[in-house]
Amino acid sequence: MASLNMKATLLSLLLLLVGLGIWEAMNQAPAASTGLSEYERMMGGADQEARVPPPSQVFSHAWHELSDPFYDAGPNDKGIGIQLAYSLYRVLTGYLAAALIAIPLGFVIGMSPLMHKALNPFIQVLRPISPLAWMPLALFIIRDSEGSAIFVIFICSIWPMLINTAFGVANVRTDWIKVARTHELSPLKTAFLVILPAAAPTILTGMRISIGIAWLVIVAAEMLVGGTGIGYYVWNEWNNLDLNSVIFSILMIGIVGMLLDMTLAAVTKLVQYED
Amino acid sequence: MSRHFVSIEGLSKVYPSKEQDLVVFEGANIGIDKGEFVCIIGHSGCGKSTILNVMAGLETPTTGTMIMDNKEASGPSLDRGVVFQNYSLLPWLTALQNVSFGVKARWPKWNKAKVDAHSSHFLEMVGLSGALHRKPSELSGGMCQRVSIARAFATSPKLLLLDEPFGALDALTRGVIQDELLKIWSETQQTVFMITHDVDEAILLADRVLLMTNGPHARVAESVKINIPRPRNRANIIEDPAYYKIRNYLVNFLVKRSGQLSGSAGQVGGATQEVDPSVEIHPQSEQSAGLKAAI
Ligand SMILES: Nc1ncnc2c1ncn2[C@@H]1O[C@H](COP(=O)(O)OP(=O)(O)OP(=O)(O)O)[C@@H](O)[C@H]1O
Ligand SMILES: [Mg+2]
Repeated sequence: MASLNMKATLLSLLLLLVGLGIWEAMNQAPAASTGLSEYERMMGGADQEARVPPPSQVFSHAWHELSDPFYDAGPNDKGIGIQLAYSLYRVLTGYLAAALIAIPLGFVIGMSPLMHKALNPFIQVLRPISPLAWMPLALFIIRDSEGSAIFVIFICSIWPMLINTAFGVANVRTDWIKVARTHELSPLKTAFLVILPAAAPTILTGMRISIGIAWLVIVAAEMLVGGTGIGYYVWNEWNNLDLNSVIFSILMIGIVGMLLDMTLAAVTKLVQYED
Repeated sequence: MSRHFVSIEGLSKVYPSKEQDLVVFEGANIGIDKGEFVCIIGHSGCGKSTILNVMAGLETPTTGTMIMDNKEASGPSLDRGVVFQNYSLLPWLTALQNVSFGVKARWPKWNKAKVDAHSSHFLEMVGLSGALHRKPSELSGGMCQRVSIARAFATSPKLLLLDEPFGALDALTRGVIQDELLKIWSETQQTVFMITHDVDEAILLADRVLLMTNGPHARVAESVKINIPRPRNRANIIEDPAYYKIRNYLVNFLVKRSGQLSGSAGQVGGATQEVDPSVEIHPQSEQSAGLKAAI
């Protein structure tokens, strides 16, 4: 097993080096000569072909950015740390609000066939709507770009949590419910002592899917509403034609997304039980 | 019938369906005295679990009532502890936590130390003091069933209901746990009602064995007294002169008479016959003179 892990690590490193090597080799700017226009120089050389900055440049840029992630030099020039913090704040706010509603509501739907039947049509219609489609309506009603972005996160992260909670609660083994009944547990105690721990792994799976979706959506939402956040940052740097920053922020989006997922995976492990 | 600690009168269960209602059992009259160990035997599907679930309050009877300790028993209650066939332990809790789950429900005012001490004591009684902090997935089937038995006994219910508790265990483990069950039963003086498929198990454990005819329309046809002195154990019980008489009587019922008496062949609402095979002359015969009608 250890040797398998070691081999996998070596292979990953090898693939990384090969990938970076190819990327580096294919994007060497031609030797700078005199007489290039400002535009030509910006686009990577005289051959009129746009070039992606090579990894060496991206990494030195990343090093520079990460050495001072929280600087704030006006509305259009903030450190990557500040931008990520804005995005995380919106994601977590919308996500927690969604959890606060989805989990209790999921309990109700899971426990009551009547509520399940009554609410299911709404869920089925609302769920497939792209979260960004809500944006104009949200902007109109909330009249605040910050609030609208949070609302879009809320609406996109509510569905997996709601559906998984309802499913997990509805499928708690009847034997365990019988145990609760023969011990005369009140409905509230049954919910907390039996149903919640029994359904927790399913609920956490829903929460994990939701945080992934929320992180996907925040980038797009911030590109639309602008101002702050990692999505706005990517778009702004594209407008500045600073591809170093664009690539760097793409990598940061990936890393933060991975950390969010790993956190939820760790929590899932805590509530997992073996049947 | 109020002379019994538990008395069940005219109990029946019908599952309605579009074509034809399924009458699982009907006219069941069962009396259980305090501290008595009663087993019920019958073929698969005759409705034993249904009777037990009704007694546990998990299902409502179609007709009939159950009186326990001079009070009508309806709905689930801590007064009636249940051990399910598939253990029904909560897999996210350790053995100790599973037992204290019941103890806490029974005595909500107890502090943690008291709950834990009480729970460990019962786990000790079933020989699990070494596995207090293991989860069900880390225990064998036999160990899980012991936890389940400890959980039921620890809440000191007035009546303990066991649904084929050893059905899934191998013969060796089953023997060990039967001995433990006998020990814990004699120490706690519990009243026990137990379903089993196993004639030998019933003879070893029970004061009385109830015999059910085949379903549908199953009835509790006979109540057979197990006239073998206690303490019993698996080794000495077969030396008792009554053992084979009782065993033959029970096997004969299951093989032949449960079918003959089933459905319309038996008189619906007929009284349960009380039988003591150890004093019968021809225990196999249906027309035995020793049958006397119960009240
Ligand atoms: N919810 C239900 N709806 C309809 N029929 C049912 C239901 N539950 C049980 N039955 C029927 O009632 C009959 C008795 O079932 P029960 O589980 O009580 O049998 P049993 O004697 O415990 O059998 P076994 O020894 O195999 O456990 C069966 O024919 C079964 O099909
Ligand atoms: Mg059964």
